[in-house]
Amino acid sequence: MSDENDHKLEAKSDYVADAPSVSTPDIDAVPEAELPDQELYHSHSWWTTYVFSQDAKYIGIQYALTAIGTGLLGLVLSWLMRIQLAFPGLGWLEPSSYYQFVTMHGMIMVVYLLTALFLGGFGNLLIPLMCGARDMAFPYVNMLSYWAFVVAVLVLLASFFVPGGPTGAGWTLYPPQAITAGTPGYNGGIILMLISLILFVAGFTMGGLNYIITVLQLRARGMTLMRMPLTIWGIFTATVLAMFAFPALLVGCLMMTLDSLLGTSFFMPAMVSLGETLTHEGGSPILFQHLFWFFGHPEVYIVALPAFGIVSDLLSVHSRKTIFGYRMMVWAIVGIGALSFFVWAHHMYVSGMNPWFGFFFATTTLIIAVPTAIKVYNWILTLWRGNIQLSLPMLFSLGFIVTFLNGGLTGLFLGNVTVDVPLSDTYFVVAHFHMVMGIAPILVIFGAIYHWYPLITGRMMDETLGKIHFWITFLGSYAIYFPMHYQGFVGVPRRYFEIYDSPYIDTSTLLLNKFITIAVLIVGAAQLLFLYNLFASARLGKKSEKNPWKANSLEWQTPQMPPEHGNWGKELPKVYRWPYDFSVPGAKEDYIPQNQPPSEIIGAKVEKT
Amino acid sequence: MNKKKSIFQLLTEKPWETDQIEADNDHEGRTVNITKQKLGLRTIMAASTVLFSLFIVAYSDRMLVNDWRNMPEPWLLWFNTGILILSSIVFHQTTKYAEKEIFDKTKNCLYLIGFLAYSFLIGQLIVWYQLINTGYYATSNVANAFFYLFTTIHGLHIIGGIYFWGKTTSKFIKRSLKKEDINNLIDICAVYWHFLLAVWLVLFGLMLSS
Repeated sequence: MSDENDHKLEAKSDYVADAPSVSTPDIDAVPEAELPDQELYHSHSWWTTYVFSQDAKYIGIQYALTAIGTGLLGLVLSWLMRIQLAFPGLGWLEPSSYYQFVTMHGMIMVVYLLTALFLGGFGNLLIPLMCGARDMAFPYVNMLSYWAFVVAVLVLLASFFVPGGPTGAGWTLYPPQAITAGTPGYNGGIILMLISLILFVAGFTMGGLNYIITVLQLRARGMTLMRMPLTIWGIFTATVLAMFAFPALLVGCLMMTLDSLLGTSFFMPAMVSLGETLTHEGGSPILFQHLFWFFGHPEVYIVALPAFGIVSDLLSVHSRKTIFGYRMMVWAIVGIGALSFFVWAHHMYVSGMNPWFGFFFATTTLIIAVPTAIKVYNWILTLWRGNIQLSLPMLFSLGFIVTFLNGGLTGLFLGNVTVDVPLSDTYFVVAHFHMVMGIAPILVIFGAIYHWYPLITGRMMDETLGKIHFWITFLGSYAIYFPMHYQGFVGVPRRYFEIYDSPYIDTSTLLLNKFITIAVLIVGAAQLLFLYNLFASARLGKKSEKNPWKANSLEWQTPQMPPEHGNWGKELPKVYRWPYDFSVPGAKEDYIPQNQPPSEIIGAKVEKT
Repeated sequence: MNKKKSIFQLLTEKPWETDQIEADNDHEGRTVNITKQKLGLRTIMAASTVLFSLFIVAYSDRMLVNDWRNMPEPWLLWFNTGILILSSIVFHQTTKYAEKEIFDKTKNCLYLIGFLAYSFLIGQLIVWYQLINTGYYATSNVANAFFYLFTTIHGLHIIGGIYFWGKTTSKFIKRSLKKEDINNLIDICAVYWHFLLAVWLVLFGLMLSS
């Protein structure tokens, strides 16, 4: 292996040594563009510029703001639930409201915040810019995608105002209880939830089509797949996953809507409810669980893969070092994506499955830990001997690595059937998935926002406020979720709206519940600081220079910053290398942008890590 | 210019090696040598295939429960299937005419396809009407419910197809596009028509065989 590496190094330096002997224009030579430039839609009015915009950058910002707004609601719901859990005697919430808040919190955070923000927000903002395209492949469809998302959000919010309130079935919406009397919102809220999800899937499919085609077909000249930033790899793979996984959610939602509205029996078994025999017969609730988790598990990676990609780029830029093992990182992203379709039933260990079935899914689940571990090692090795800048994006990225590792390790416990069975439906599970797909991706989102904010507004976000925000968020989330692991071990069940002093519940649990709630309130309030920073910096922030982080990827190399309509001025960029040439010996600067022609960097010896 | 490479070859490229750097600098920027519309259609067809496959899986799973009672297959369904096959054949012919730039025949064929597509939808609605009148409600048995669900989802796909057929036909008649562009659009619609025929044959076959 090391021989091979030496050989590569040699090959590389030969090339560089030869470079000056070649006449300068030759090494820059790029064949004439064979593809015609993209035709763009040019807006004519305020409405078509800012509201019904067809410019991917604006759509990205629209997506991000809508998602963050919805996410804030999810945050407030978590406050309300935590207050109820900490002070059960107060009678703060009705049991039904508690379940409704749990459900809405879960669904909002997973689908309407994280998925929409990573793919809709960062996808739209970064794909055309990082690939060197003028816009998405189908800008009009892209606009429709955003507005379908808005309608989906509005339908979801409308469910708060229908008789019976939103659904309280849990975010997994398991039938038969989701549409049976006794569950909050069983006839109104659940229908709106299902319709909202159907709309979301429809909107996402339109957006996803754009992301896939743009990444595959509209890249700049010289931008091969293996020169793409890992951010794009992550978003691209996640989109492919979503295109295959969301149909399962769609099928489940459609059939459950029919069960509820028309009285069909796709999922509804024969049952007696409130003393009456229902007309349903023969339906299979387990079938819904399979459909749901066939969507639900890839969904975890739909959220995680963009986070993996983005954090790789942040770590590389802010430690001024090549990402360690680029190809391995790409393979890991693709491999995790492929494997994620074969692990879904590990969410269903307690549904009464054949032990061999469980054995199969436990095995695949543990196999997925291999590419994931490769990624974690590579992040750490990227930092190794790097020139680490403790900027805000770096802090959040470091926070991500620790948190993701932590959540990943508890996943190893839960992936094993025998260990999972006693831990199933306890707070251990709550702690696990919040660490791994709640806090970890959100830390990346914060890092990414601090990183790309100058690209959007031309100003920097405030560093001090950002640092306060980081430390409260990072330490606070550990104060919240570490105790939950312990609660899970002593057997505190999740989904109980009130946990009070009883022979079965340890007193320490009650104390911890109070402690966690206080931490939740503080961490939640710290997000206001972030919001203030986000909005105030757009006007008050320090003016950013062009390419403030000295990054290599194309989004920072636009003629104007923030980039204008059409991104690239007259001529599309030409790409000569990957985006990870940092601290190259012999180069004048410690970074070489992807579009810098070789003639300008003669003498730089690019090393392979 | 881009040699066709398998996904495995693409993923094992070594972007730091001299030969690869030179080859990469020549890369024209797109991965596969087809138009973005064509690739977009393939993406949509892939997602639709997953959707229908999951429906089929759900159908096969639900079929095993003993409350399942088969539905009759009205002869009209065979007729509708015939219409769909015919429209696919016509569409195939249309692409040939468009390629040879026989304007009149292409135009007439496009109209005929629209007529056939609408007839198919109306035919499906008549089947619904007949079945409902003879007491095969969606609620009375889950087999009926699946039938209505399948025909609805397939019908919605057809309606989507009709939308793009309409856009293509109007662009063709106005001659507002270059020849390659309009042929590209007609090709795409044709492929989608064949796809929907294939989906229908699978769904219909599934319902016949059970």
